Amino acid sequence: MNNPYIVLPIIFQLFTAILLMFFWLNVNAQRLISGIFSLISLGISIWLFSEIWQNGILISQAGGWQAPFGITFVADVFSATMVLLTSIAGFAVAIFSAGSIRNARLKFGYFPILHFLLMGLNGAFLTGDIFNLYVWFEIIIIASFVLITLGGEKSQIEGAIKYVTLNLLASAIFLTAIAILYGLVGSLNMADLSIQIAEVENRGLVNVTAILFLIGFGIKSAIFPLYFWLPASYHTPPPAISAIFAGLLTKVGVYALLRIFTLIFIPDEFLSNLLIGLAALTILSGGLGALLQVNMRKMFSYLIICHIGFLIAGLGMYTELALVGALFYLIHDIIVKTNLFLVAGLIFKLKGTLNIEKLGGFYRQFPKFSLLMAIPLFSLVGIPPLSGFWAKLYLIQAGYLSGQYVLIGFILLGSFITLWVIAKLWAEVFWKPDVSIPKKIGVKYFYEIKPLKRWAMVLPVILLGITSLYIGFFAEHIIVLSKHISADLMNPQNYIDAVLGAKPLTP
Amino acid sequence: MKTLIFKTASSYLLPLLILFSIFILLRGHYLPGGGFVGGLIASIAFVIHSFANGLEKTRTIIKFHPGFLIPVGLLIAIISGAAPLFLGQNFMTGLWMDDPIPVIGMVGTALFFDTGVYIVVIGITLTIIFTISETL
Repeated sequence: MNNPYIVLPIIFQLFTAILLMFFWLNVNAQRLISGIFSLISLGISIWLFSEIWQNGILISQAGGWQAPFGITFVADVFSATMVLLTSIAGFAVAIFSAGSIRNARLKFGYFPILHFLLMGLNGAFLTGDIFNLYVWFEIIIIASFVLITLGGEKSQIEGAIKYVTLNLLASAIFLTAIAILYGLVGSLNMADLSIQIAEVENRGLVNVTAILFLIGFGIKSAIFPLYFWLPASYHTPPPAISAIFAGLLTKVGVYALLRIFTLIFIPDEFLSNLLIGLAALTILSGGLGALLQVNMRKMFSYLIICHIGFLIAGLGMYTELALVGALFYLIHDIIVKTNLFLVAGLIFKLKGTLNIEKLGGFYRQFPKFSLLMAIPLFSLVGIPPLSGFWAKLYLIQAGYLSGQYVLIGFILLGSFITLWVIAKLWAEVFWKPDVSIPKKIGVKYFYEIKPLKRWAMVLPVILLGITSLYIGFFAEHIIVLSKHISADLMNPQNYIDAVLGAKPLTP
Repeated sequence: MKTLIFKTASSYLLPLLILFSIFILLRGHYLPGGGFVGGLIASIAFVIHSFANGLEKTRTIIKFHPGFLIPVGLLIAIISGAAPLFLGQNFMTGLWMDDPIPVIGMVGTALFFDTGVYIVVIGITLTIIFTISETL
């Protein structure tokens, strides 16, 4: 069904960014506008989600050009869910930024760039055209380059160089893959590609293209051999920025993988085994990396990699149940990872360091904060009623049914390492007797800032904590949602019919 | 480069080049041209003026920071792109007037989009070049 208003999440973010640019030097106005407009944007996403939940897939042909020729925007339940999660994380980060980002950074256009980034994310989730997807990825990485270097500290620049180099390489590979695909079938519309790729006789070339897509998106989502840029860069920018990166940037790569490998390239046995192998190694290397770290943010960075492995494992098994697990994990992970980095930012503001060996006595000193921070930490581990548990349950069940016992072992190992890391962190930071840390110069501590800004830093953590609790305690809603999405992904015929009309055009 | 010839030429070139850039902007829909090239030509006009007369003189002509043009242009472009949404049509659908206007020709949302691009390009180019020549 055609509905031109599904592009609103993109246009509204763009409009917000432009409006913020008019207030370039008035940072207080920027804080207010960003917060209010992020809230409105959250409302738009909820509207989009409910509309699609009731009416099924909605499409919009940009410029009125019909499907295989023009750019199509497609909003199915998967896209709408991702847009909704982006808006929740975006709203939380916008509020947190208002409290925590220094004025010097805000005067260099932090807020407009943040909203350009959110626009890129919404665009990537809503587009139905593979070249357009590339363009949104470019918008995302260019916005993230600016965000990661903003402030120009030495460590930031160092992290940014690694980040920029590998992400540009990924974009080049992605673009090459699109070029080969276009050469093969002469189409860029993803629904059209889905039909046409199935009919191509040169399977060798199709498989090579699939691998190129896997490498391109693999770098972006930090899969096993290509993840080095992530822990090298995510701990350098201010916490609000690394929160939005951790929550959404790798996940947009996973989204693209899920989309491409269920719609265009259906995994055959080789690809399926490859994905499972990569997933297992990703879980292992991310987990082992996390064990060695003492800096909290680096620890969380490695845990991101570890948990990307769970998502890829779900895709690799390629059964409906496995996808339910992966999608549930994706929904849980976006909220929790964003929250974790915000929590790390809060701890830094309270104590002035993120080294877990130096920190201590947090529970005695700040019991309420500790309770708040326990929610994302234990959700991440997946202690039963909390959100991470259900997703892993489905993944393990799917592995059992498809006979992937080794993969189950790795998933359990990954969960166990996560538990170990978080337990170590909890023991060191929260339970260990307090050691006095010398005050740092140049750090503005939590008790030195105004009460309004303090609330702006605590509120997003509470909001995301409540969302995680909702995902955990009302897991049946999320499971219904994940089952719906996974059924859609396994039978892309609805998607194709919605985009191309009931009778697809064939050349 | 502050020779008399260059200085004199530049003050005549400025209006000429801006006029030419608007001509390029308007012919852009079906013929070579458009907002991007037009914007570059217009910014070259100011760059030549600043080379001949110094940055400060050019600043007094423009009167405001060229960076201000970026959001203005973006706003024009997004409004022309989103205008069809108010009529229930798809994003970026071209809306055209029924009758052509003399000299300018057919006017539609595409023209406003190009105008937005034109303004953004002027804003960005001048911001970059002014910032570089400030630090030199």
